[in-house]
Amino acid sequence: MIHELPELPYALNELEPSISQKTLEFHYGKHHQAYVTNLNNLIKGTAFEKAGLEEIVRHSEGGIFNNGAQVYNHTFYFMALSPNGGGEPKGALANAITETFGSFAAFKEEFSKAGATLFGSGWVWLVADSHNKLRIMKKNNAGNPITDGMTPILTMDVWEHAYYLDTQNARPKYIENFWNLVNWKVIEERYDEL
Amino acid sequence: MAFELPKLPYAYDALEPHIDTRTMEIHHSKHHAGYTNNLNAAIAGTDIEEQSIENILANISKQAVAVRNNGGGFFNHDLFWQVMSPKGGGKPSGSLLAAIEKDFGSFDSFKEEFSKAAATRFGSGWAWLVKQSNGKLVVSSTPNQDNPLMDLAEVKGTPILGLDVWEHAYYLKFQNKRPDYISEFWNVINWEEVAKRFQD
Repeated sequence: MIHELPELPYALNELEPSISQKTLEFHYGKHHQAYVTNLNNLIKGTAFEKAGLEEIVRHSEGGIFNNGAQVYNHTFYFMALSPNGGGEPKGALANAITETFGSFAAFKEEFSKAGATLFGSGWVWLVADSHNKLRIMKKNNAGNPITDGMTPILTMDVWEHAYYLDTQNARPKYIENFWNLVNWKVIEERYDEL
Repeated sequence: MAFELPKLPYAYDALEPHIDTRTMEIHHSKHHAGYTNNLNAAIAGTDIEEQSIENILANISKQAVAVRNNGGGFFNHDLFWQVMSPKGGGKPSGSLLAAIEKDFGSFDSFKEEFSKAAATRFGSGWAWLVKQSNGKLVVSSTPNQDNPLMDLAEVKGTPILGLDVWEHAYYLKFQNKRPDYISEFWNVINWEEVAKRFQD
């Protein structure tokens, strides 16, 4: 199948001031787009030519994995941001977070710390294991928790390209801003589908 | 003995227009300073506190990951600043040029191989020109802040030229266009310094 850059549910200037329009122009318009283009070129004539994105993430390696997982990861990230985001989750997800981490504040602190301490490029994930228990994972580069048998629920990009134009070396500032944008409705739906 | 952030051998704006002032300032005063401070914190009170950085890196597989990451970051950036110069660029000469031509066929094919190693390093890392223990020159690349002095490196030897391809090294000026940054690097390489490291 031909993979496509998904349309975003917001304009590129709408996440200001937490994430600048310029950052999104490059992050979505160049990086995300390049992963899509590279993936489509790389799968031609391979066993993955007709595969869905999740199958590619699950079974491929090398360049196909790197580009396929980066398409998956960026879509998963961008689709869960919103100009009206922020605040706290409700319902079953809120209960599960409290049960696992003690409180929403404790979860936020642990997730933020994972983001601040991931060395190099990568992603921080809130995932559910096969018993639907929540946990936080750090994955390097294009890493995706599907390959560990986990179901991803929330992700934060900590590649430098996600924030360097806005906050430079101050990754913790970007992480703080990220919480203003999380669209908990989308995250709740992902959790409810488990 | 605590490690100190080395001073740059030139001003922050000296590598303009190839590498911009703001990038140099943040790269040195924030990133490199961060690695230096974190390295000192990671070795404080341990039995490697008095060792040279080269010794620490040579036995890095026995150390905590914080020593690997920050010790690598401390050493790599120091080398990086020194192998660049506002009067850099061009080609090496003498025995270094002869060795490059012998091991890569020509300076241009070396340049191509090194640039490709830098462009294709996925995520954060470095490209290196390495002098191996038998004297042969090879190009390699390492992830994150690893380097060829580390006992766990795939290609081991003495790094004589290094290029930082973490996004923080080029994002303010070049954004997603890493290949443009790599092209500019060739205009600032201090071949005298690289030759000195080759001969040592």
